Amino acid sequence: MTKVEMTVNGKSVSGDVEGRTLLVQFLRDGLGLTGTHVGCDTSQCGACVVHVNGVAVKSCTMLALEADGADVSTIEGQAAPDGTLNVIQQAFQDHHGLQCGFCTPGMVMSAAALLKDNPKPTEAEIRHYLEGNICRCTGYHNIVKAIMAASGQDVGAVAAE
Amino acid sequence: MYNFDFVKPATVAEAVEALSGEEAQALGGGQTLLPTMKQRLASPATLVSLTGIADMQGVSQKDGAICVGGATPHAVVAANAGGYPALAALAGGIGDPAVRNRGTAGGSLANNDPSACYPAAALGSGATIVTNTREIAADDYFEGMFTTALNEGEIITEVRFPIPEKANYQKFEQPASRFALVGVFVAKFADGVRVAVTGASEDGVFRWAEAEAALSADFSPAALDGLTVPADGMISDLHGTGAYRAHLVGVMTKRAVAAA
Repeated sequence: MTKVEMTVNGKSVSGDVEGRTLLVQFLRDGLGLTGTHVGCDTSQCGACVVHVNGVAVKSCTMLALEADGADVSTIEGQAAPDGTLNVIQQAFQDHHGLQCGFCTPGMVMSAAALLKDNPKPTEAEIRHYLEGNICRCTGYHNIVKAIMAASGQDVGAVAAE
Repeated sequence: MYNFDFVKPATVAEAVEALSGEEAQALGGGQTLLPTMKQRLASPATLVSLTGIADMQGVSQKDGAICVGGATPHAVVAANAGGYPALAALAGGIGDPAVRNRGTAGGSLANNDPSACYPAAALGSGATIVTNTREIAADDYFEGMFTTALNEGEIITEVRFPIPEKANYQKFEQPASRFALVGVFVAKFADGVRVAVTGASEDGVFRWAEAEAALSADFSPAALDGLTVPADGMISDLHGTGAYRAHLVGVMTKRAVAAA
């Protein structure tokens, strides 16, 4: 076992991990942060997306030891300490951007990464950016609407194609 | 996945030393290697992460070439290789955004997946693959599916892509994996045109010599009329037959020329 240290949602954390321990395993099993989900475990579905040093990564395809010393943000760090949802989470609720909710942590984290780089994305840009996040319930339209709304844009024109 | 020791050296020299150990394996961004290890198709005793080596990070432009550090993620190339737009676009089209934040140029070239994008850029540009011991011309580097000229423990420290007058990469995506079902990189240099095809051949990335000759004489889609690649030796799988892929090579090459 090797000691790993990182900052997760602003707090310094540490733990003993094996070489093969994935970042998502450390977050879920080591820290009890079970909001980050494991869907496919093959880096296809995006349910495990977290931010490492400010960029979105699939935490099922990164070793915990690769994140040693890194600044990690997860879905648990998105709402305010009193539980008030952030603007993206609130938009997902307002626009029914989830049904079963399994993909939602990854969708919210991917959306946050997109809006950081591109504060006013077009509908096409949102759909393109979400290529690595799979949702089997919503058909994506309401997720796209939610992200448009979270960026302060009118969602009336989002196609229900 | 089987367990292993993990080391993250800070210099190329330390990485070379670590890779000299028994069953040691270099780790770039891990976007191919980690899934492979999960399937127990690889089980190294030691993983040597290359992403902590500062000298292997970043994109620069010098002597008419874009120089990409071996451990530079695709997203960084997409954002910083503006001097070679076709290369930036290719890097920005690999996988999905989260994969592009981890996967590296050197990792892709060292793995030489027959459907990967970077081999097409390297071969199509006539790039130089720089390692810890030597410089390898792209024409001498690719030796078939998942096979390269790299020796055991040799590390790609940098890749130099000469900037052409015009270039374009067209990828017909296999929709589930987003790898290239067929991808064609066309680059027009002062001394001729290079055409590199990925995704199609059982031998991995290759140059399409007839198309290069035709395009060097007349750089237009019409110059490719009547040219075909044989279906023999093309990959056939549930996503497409060899004949389908051979046809796509012609289609994607025309599109790349039109878009260049």
